[in-house]
Amino acid sequence: MSRMRAQLVTADGEVFNGRSVGAEGVTTGEAVFNTSMTGYQEILTDPSYAGQVVVMTSPHIGNYGVSHADDQSTRPAVAGFVVKALSRRHSNWRAEGSLAEYFASNGVVAISDIDTRRLTRHIRDRGAMPVAMGSGVGESELRQIAAAAPSMEGRDLVSSVSTSTPYHLEAEGEELGLVVAIDLGMKRDILTNLTRRGHSVDVVPALTPADDILARDPVGVFVSNGPGDPQPLRATTATLRGLIGETPLFGICLGHQVLGLAVGARTFKLPFGHHGGNHPVRRLEDGHVEMTAQNHGFAVDLWSLTAAQPPERVGLAGPELLPERVETDFGTVRPTHQNLNDGTLEGIALDDHPAFSVQYHPEAAPGPHDAGHLFNRFAALIEESR
Amino acid sequence: MPARRDLRSILLIGSGPIVIGQACEFDYSGTQAAKVLRSEGYRVVLVNSNPATIMTDPEFADATYIEPITPEVVEEIIARERPDALLPTLGGQTALNVATQLARGGVLDRHGVEMIGAGLEAIDRAEDRGLFKETMEAIGLEVPRAGYARSMSDAVKIARDIGYPVMVRPSFILGGGGTGIADDENQFLEVAKHGLDTSPVSEILVEESVLGWKEYELEVMRDRAGNAVIVCSIENFDPMGVHTGDSITVAPVQTLSDREYQEMRDDGIAVLEAIGVETGGSNVQFAVDPTTGRRLVIEMNPRVSRSSALASKATGFPIAKIAALLAVGFTLDEIANDITRATPASFEPALDYTVVKIPRFDFAKFPSASTTLSTSMRSVGEAMAIGRTFPEALQKALRSLENGRAGLNADKGEAVVRALGDDALAAAVSTPTPDRVYAMAEALRRGWDVDDVAGLASVDPWFVDQMAEVVEMRHDLETRRDDDLLREAKRIGYSDRQIAYLWDTTEEEVRRIRLHAGIARTYKTVDTCAAEFEAHTPYMYGTFEDESEVLAADKPRVVVLGSGPNRIGQGIEFDYCCVHASFALRDAGYETVMVNCNPETVSTDYDTSDRLYFEPLTVEDVLEVIDAEKPEAVIVQLGGQTPLNLADTLEKAGVPIAGTSPASIAMAEDREQFAEICRNLGLSQPAAGTASSAAEAQEVVDQIGLPVMVRPSYVLGGRKMKVVYSLEELGEYVRDIYGEGDPEVTANPILLDRFLESAVEVDVDAVFDGAELLVGGIMEHVEEAGVHSGDSGCVTPPPTISDEALKEILRATDELARALEVRGLINIQFAVKGDEVYVLEANPRGSRTIPFISKAKALPLARIATRVMLGSTITQLREEGLVPERPAESFVAVKDAVLPWDRFPEEDNVLGPEMKSTGEVMGIGPDVGVAYGKALLAAGNLLADRGRVFLSFADRDKQIGLAVAQAFTMLGFELLATTGTARYLRHHAIATEVVNKIGEGPRDIGERLANGEVHLVVNTPRGGRARYDGITIRQAARRLKIPCVTTVQGGLAVARSLRAGPGAINKPRSLQEWHRV
Ligand SMILES: Nc1ncnc2c1ncn2[C@@H]1O[C@H](COP(=O)(O)OP(=O)(O)O)[C@@H](O)[C@H]1O
Ligand SMILES: Nc1ncnc2c1ncn2[C@@H]1O[C@H](COP(=O)(O)OP(=O)(O)O)[C@@H](O)[C@H]1O
Ligand SMILES: [Mg+2]
Ligand SMILES: [Mg+2]
Repeated sequence: MSRMRAQLVTADGEVFNGRSVGAEGVTTGEAVFNTSMTGYQEILTDPSYAGQVVVMTSPHIGNYGVSHADDQSTRPAVAGFVVKALSRRHSNWRAEGSLAEYFASNGVVAISDIDTRRLTRHIRDRGAMPVAMGSGVGESELRQIAAAAPSMEGRDLVSSVSTSTPYHLEAEGEELGLVVAIDLGMKRDILTNLTRRGHSVDVVPALTPADDILARDPVGVFVSNGPGDPQPLRATTATLRGLIGETPLFGICLGHQVLGLAVGARTFKLPFGHHGGNHPVRRLEDGHVEMTAQNHGFAVDLWSLTAAQPPERVGLAGPELLPERVETDFGTVRPTHQNLNDGTLEGIALDDHPAFSVQYHPEAAPGPHDAGHLFNRFAALIEESR
Repeated sequence: MPARRDLRSILLIGSGPIVIGQACEFDYSGTQAAKVLRSEGYRVVLVNSNPATIMTDPEFADATYIEPITPEVVEEIIARERPDALLPTLGGQTALNVATQLARGGVLDRHGVEMIGAGLEAIDRAEDRGLFKETMEAIGLEVPRAGYARSMSDAVKIARDIGYPVMVRPSFILGGGGTGIADDENQFLEVAKHGLDTSPVSEILVEESVLGWKEYELEVMRDRAGNAVIVCSIENFDPMGVHTGDSITVAPVQTLSDREYQEMRDDGIAVLEAIGVETGGSNVQFAVDPTTGRRLVIEMNPRVSRSSALASKATGFPIAKIAALLAVGFTLDEIANDITRATPASFEPALDYTVVKIPRFDFAKFPSASTTLSTSMRSVGEAMAIGRTFPEALQKALRSLENGRAGLNADKGEAVVRALGDDALAAAVSTPTPDRVYAMAEALRRGWDVDDVAGLASVDPWFVDQMAEVVEMRHDLETRRDDDLLREAKRIGYSDRQIAYLWDTTEEEVRRIRLHAGIARTYKTVDTCAAEFEAHTPYMYGTFEDESEVLAADKPRVVVLGSGPNRIGQGIEFDYCCVHASFALRDAGYETVMVNCNPETVSTDYDTSDRLYFEPLTVEDVLEVIDAEKPEAVIVQLGGQTPLNLADTLEKAGVPIAGTSPASIAMAEDREQFAEICRNLGLSQPAAGTASSAAEAQEVVDQIGLPVMVRPSYVLGGRKMKVVYSLEELGEYVRDIYGEGDPEVTANPILLDRFLESAVEVDVDAVFDGAELLVGGIMEHVEEAGVHSGDSGCVTPPPTISDEALKEILRATDELARALEVRGLINIQFAVKGDEVYVLEANPRGSRTIPFISKAKALPLARIATRVMLGSTITQLREEGLVPERPAESFVAVKDAVLPWDRFPEEDNVLGPEMKSTGEVMGIGPDVGVAYGKALLAAGNLLADRGRVFLSFADRDKQIGLAVAQAFTMLGFELLATTGTARYLRHHAIATEVVNKIGEGPRDIGERLANGEVHLVVNTPRGGRARYDGITIRQAARRLKIPCVTTVQGGLAVARSLRAGPGAINKPRSLQEWHRV
């Protein structure tokens, strides 16, 4: 396959040589690596990747082609895609086309034949950082673009992926009431999980105020995943403050972070984030461990709501790395889930109001299904609060 | 949940001798388990009859029983050691079956022993195909339509309503023994009968065949809190119908979308829950219809399996070790991942490379066996390779096989497939054989369409297209020569040898050009997490990328070259030696670097050595590891032929070889030079000569006389060796050797040795440091010279060798060690007639018998030799305490070989100069009778202590045969013999009943065997028509599982062990106890 030579340059000047396998031209964004071994199409179409260049650590990508059934949104959200080996020939009974065609027809700038392990180690050691990549431009040019590229912190990327107008989805089977879903960059499988459990869904823009939402008389409100830093999302944070206690709340990923902000916690940027399908998460109430799908660069810091300092970590990450509970304007908030790799917070629940959220992706897509039951928990919460 | 402290002592059952379907992966798992359980403070009691294992080294358990793994013996052990628990899931099918029997028989309850890991119900639900089917359907998982038969008539009924083709599978078997697929009723009658015979409970499942579907495996781990993870997903390159053990397999799964994979994952976890695997690892197999995605569960093994070893090496996740920890109550999240240290074992490894495993076959040794692969496993070993991409890993794995090939064709070996006409090639592509992959590449070279090749082979087009990329690169290489192309070629896995072939130059030249262009290997780490976290264990593989991760070392390094894939003649014994070399060097303050490509072994465990390079053992791959590590010395003496074959080239390349110089090793292999040495030392050898034609052969024979032992001069492991008793036979032999037109053969002369009849063969293993000779042990063979040392039983100390002869043997050993300037190990084989001692061969290197001798003498020979190779003297090591003052002499140790006849029913099960055994067992006792009895029992011979013995001797055996007959008469056996033998025995006044040969009259021997009237067969091979009778009788005996001895000495030994009686034989004693006295 003689494809055009292409290069990737990091903000701190590391150069990687490869071949262009997608749309022509140059792109830039924050490079993050994803360790999932399957699910490249779900990753490409996950709006949470807006503004990011995704590096797949799994070497062979494109093996089973693409199929619309796997799309998580109408178009790819990634700023660029980096792989070791793009399959020129795919094989799977579900496939409708090849990944290369998909890149071309969707204008995704993609680069192959990269030492993705070297790039991954670089990001691991130096932290997620902007890169510039593409074909037909000089190294020095890419170097400048990468150096000039903005960091993720403080940027509102949600507006670029959130729906501009509300839309409605019918429930599957018996109707159990309307759920309003605040779209910060919603993945399709989340909606399917809601409708499959008998809820019709109004998907509303990120900036929808609380009263507009309550005016729709929902049985519960869902806050979706989405890209980037939660801090700039002041409007949505305010919306949630207006919703807590009024209606059952369930947040995922960015939605979880915004709920954290709403109860007054701070959020912070992780060195290189969590992106993959093999993250062990412990449910603190009973110690049960689940394999979870993750995709986020920021996390909620509950210690920010206490006077105490987080303890030094010794040995494997344990519950002592999180406060047992914190007091907020909305009463007691408890950590419910913890990431066992780095001990970070993976979920919270409010004692005094029907609201909970998780940092990871119970809808998976891609990833293990272990946490799918959380949608039942939301359904149950809705039942209880009727 | 922390470890259970209500358990103090745990019984671990090993898997016994290496057999096809159950190889050293269970030494790997047992060793890991023993190590970790002891480090957690448990008392470990271990039983395994296989002396060539690391796990049976006395330092790995508190009580080590090298005893037959039978319910009776294990019960005795339980009675003596009173363990609190039995861990049955780490010793393969053997351990699982014995554990089941003990539980059923109430033994465990009686002694208050708890079965941990998997309970009886779980084992039954998984192992009993019928129960398994029910259990799966109960949780809504689909399995092939099937019915369950205990008789032929039922079987046929079921087959008819399922509709042909159908798959037949016996209950409670391993490695697919006795399974088969039948396309029509005729075939079915055969397959079903064989199946019913094979099943210990004579029960088969007749099942819808899904031949040609895609096959997948998941390695699942579960803890007692119910947390489950998938450690590794494996996709078979070969379709359903080729046993996974015989299939090329790939990790991780390549052609499933996330949706399909996650559903399979859900099923895998559901299967473990439904079966009731309390804790540990299990292997779940699936079949997937490539056209619809329909997914069936094929089977699950509720234990650590062959695939678990592969999965552990492929991911860096130590399944056996973790399984052991889970069994004593830990949960996955409580166990740290050794590699990252910072993260727990409750995660699913992420791979950023591709792994390919390719089985290694030895069909050449079983000429009458069909090479078509099926549902019954017949590979004897495997090589694994790690590359960034599938093509790279595939080519690395192919050149790891040591079958003379340099990769996916583009080498001399491709001549075979290139010679095929298109029709023949199409057939070769559509029939699963060990060589099919080469045929597929040839078809692609001829420009056949990827989909056509994929269709013919039922191999997924994705794999075939990846192969097509390799083939296209070949075309480029044939037309162009530039650095960029060279780099691309290396990235897609081309070896320098392949490139040299295509550029028609030498491998050295290609390496020169390549390194000059700066195209050297980079080494990446296997770290379980795709670099997300820092790795603390240097487990490396080579590839051609930007960045290399080799760490600088602070200590001097020594590289140990392993022995590659197991094969008959080179097995676990050599891995045993390499592992000990590594241990010894670590103790001596070196940093040890292991290079090997066999995933089953202890040597490729990432914590056996300080650094592990999972690389092919070729000159190219090894030289580059050496460039990267800059070792002080490289050890080639311990890994068998594999590293020895590299020694010369490595030395020429300036690599420091430890111990005996390659020159000396070559000298010992070269017959002229070696004969010269023996002459100078006044040591006798069998009269010999060489010939390149029938006429020359005649002349030689005229001088040295008949019978002669003949062989082509290049062979190893006794290949194509034969004892010839007449000129006719000689002519025949010469004709078909040269007739084959195999260039390698015709280029070399035939070697003729005077065959020493009824001579006793003796093996000696010793260490020489330049001044002092340390004799490890002298082993007297049970079978006479003429049976390959690897196949014959042996006894130490030698019971019948005269002091005269022993003196001469010791002198010869000492003189040869000096003459060959040995630094390290030397193994010598002698043939002894009375006081006369003949030298058969000397191998200045580690031998197959090192582990056996080490245990028989409480002498860590491999460690001692390693230290000597690096310059220590035996005296120094004695002071250090590594060499004991005096080796154990207070007991008799017997080694017996285990042969794979059950996998090759077409073959005649006689022993000869060509080695055919896959494994060995050890028996220890106060005397030869008991020790041999234990060995026989351990090797699976269930001897009746009374009844009827059938005797049939070749004329040359009749004299000793007489002694055999007398022995059995004295034991109260009735004798049965064919006319000739009977006449001879009667003539010597021994009551013998005459029986007709097969097809020569009423109640012939075949019938008597079938009626169960005969309990033991002693039948020695001979030429001519009689030979044919012999074969049919021996095969009949084998089919009916009647013990069958093929040498008179064997017969005598059996008689002796019967005299010892079952009481003494079933009485276990730990190695530690034996060694203490
Ligand atoms: N129903 C079937 N149709 C076709 N091939 C089968 C079927 N079941 C099993 N096989 C083949 O036979 C091999 C051995 O069967 P398996 O159930 O795995 O037994 P074991 O691994 O215990 O020997 C499998 O690897 C698969 O390739
Ligand atoms: N001259 C001989 N007389 C009798 N038996 C022999 C003779 N030479 C070899 N053998 C038998 O053949 C076997 C294999 O021969 P050997 O030279 O050891 O080849 P290998 O290199 O395969 O071990 C020996 O173990 C021995 O039993
Ligand atoms: Mg199997
Ligand atoms: Mg030999």
